[in-house]
Amino acid sequence: MAERRSDTLSIVVFVAPLVVAYAVLLFYPIYKMVELSFTDAPLIGDGHWVGWRNYQRLLSDGLFIDSVFHTGYFVLLTVIPSTVLSLAISMMVVRLKGWLQSIVLACFFLPYILPSSVVTLLWAWMLDFQFGIAQYAIIWLFGAKVSVFKDPVWAMPMVALVTIWWTSGFNLLLFIAGLRNISPEIYDAASVDGAGRWRQFRDITWPLIWPVTVLVLTFQLILQLKIFDQVYLLTQGGPFNSTYVVVQYIYKQAFTLNHGGYGATVALFLFVIIATLSVVQLQVLRTRTVE
Amino acid sequence: MKIRFSIVGMLITLLTVAVAAIWAFPLYWTVVTTLKPEYEVVAPGVHLIPQAPTLDSYLYVFEHTIIEKWYINSIVTASATTFLVIAISAACGYAVSQLQFPGRRILFGIVVASFMVPIPALIISHFVLMNDFGLINTWAGIVLPQLMFPLPIATMVYRQFFDSIPKEFREAAVVDGANEFDVFLKIFVPMTWGVTVALAIYTFIVTWNNFFYPFLLTTSDTAMTVPVGITQVHDAFGVQYARNLAGAVLAALPVAAAYLIFQRRVTEAVMLSAGIKG
Repeated sequence: MAERRSDTLSIVVFVAPLVVAYAVLLFYPIYKMVELSFTDAPLIGDGHWVGWRNYQRLLSDGLFIDSVFHTGYFVLLTVIPSTVLSLAISMMVVRLKGWLQSIVLACFFLPYILPSSVVTLLWAWMLDFQFGIAQYAIIWLFGAKVSVFKDPVWAMPMVALVTIWWTSGFNLLLFIAGLRNISPEIYDAASVDGAGRWRQFRDITWPLIWPVTVLVLTFQLILQLKIFDQVYLLTQGGPFNSTYVVVQYIYKQAFTLNHGGYGATVALFLFVIIATLSVVQLQVLRTRTVE
Repeated sequence: MKIRFSIVGMLITLLTVAVAAIWAFPLYWTVVTTLKPEYEVVAPGVHLIPQAPTLDSYLYVFEHTIIEKWYINSIVTASATTFLVIAISAACGYAVSQLQFPGRRILFGIVVASFMVPIPALIISHFVLMNDFGLINTWAGIVLPQLMFPLPIATMVYRQFFDSIPKEFREAAVVDGANEFDVFLKIFVPMTWGVTVALAIYTFIVTWNNFFYPFLLTTSDTAMTVPVGITQVHDAFGVQYARNLAGAVLAALPVAAAYLIFQRRVTEAVMLSAGIKG
């Protein structure tokens, strides 16, 4: 029997909710953001068309440029360290068995499912200058207490550390899934051939886990570029704007200074960068499926 | 040779357990702190177990904040988001996979492309839109923009799932005279149970945890969700560590419980969200 065309009414009912949601909550907002970026509109209300002026302003806006560099610094401090750490932990966890593995995995994964505001309150307490228990570790390592979120040198690395603790659980799951896909027979054969642990890692694990590593790296990159919550809640971008990041600058321009138009220009900048990286990520995912 | 090997293995196992314990320690320390009276919290030295355990800090949070209101807001908005995301994505994923209609390839292409849109960059437009609709400080205002976070991936997961079901299934039912909605609701939806539970738990957790959106889409403290509300009480409490942390524990409780109860489903959903089958 030839494939019958489904009747129009049912197709509309199945598809319309998504189409409407996309039109109202995705396409219109993207259009609105682009339009706003060419105006001097406040957050609420109309503005005048100013052409490329907001874009020219971006190039000479010191705090914007700083926020771009700080975001880059944060990405540098989180993406690769968190990926390497997660890979190491996953190799330790995957060799455990039964309930021990479940408990250990839960210890590493639990932070990932907590709200950002809980994570930041928890670490603000851990690292509290007067009573924080982590100060004992800081004294042991560096000889004196440090008010970490009030020190421009310490602030960003500590925000990064908190973020790594928070988000590594996600990477860990992907790595464990990847490691489980490697057949134990390959390791057995290598052992018989006399390959030590390091050779086994270098010649078997690393090349076979590489596709997952690329996946984790791109997920991390896209996620961490959107950093806002941890910085806003731990340092408010300070001290001396040393942790000011791009999303926070969008927030400041649009919601604090009421510059909807200019805020939208900054948002569009971030939008284009992340969308471009995501296209690259999709290519990476595609090549993986082909393999 | 064999013995030496197992000793190394045991040392690595011990090391793993030690690292896991250190990793989870901040969680333990937070919960313990909330169970101490305030004078014990600031007492010198490290006390891993409260000497005079008390629930005072929790009682204080319930008495001096409107956390029960925030709970209602969080439960309603996260549940509504979950329900809408599942309904919309299952229906569309089904249509794209099983039905023939012009534009289905384009539609799915758009869904895949939307996966690459960084939603937080749209916050200004979303705020303006919700304001135009008069939805700031309402449940609907919190729910609607947040649909866009899980919707693309949920639709992709459903389409993939429905693709794995042979077309003959539907054909047979349609030939027997069943209408499209019966086929979908009575034959296909029951088959998705596993995927649906995983996606629902995932969507609920992601929505419950979201800070940026509810933070900006609510201006009145009666409209806030729990994760937003607990950050607004600092000043009201003064420097009272145990009370602050009690708020944090209360905000984390539902998602932590959901994870510990549905561990397998949550793990499965996280993998699905990354495009990996668990």
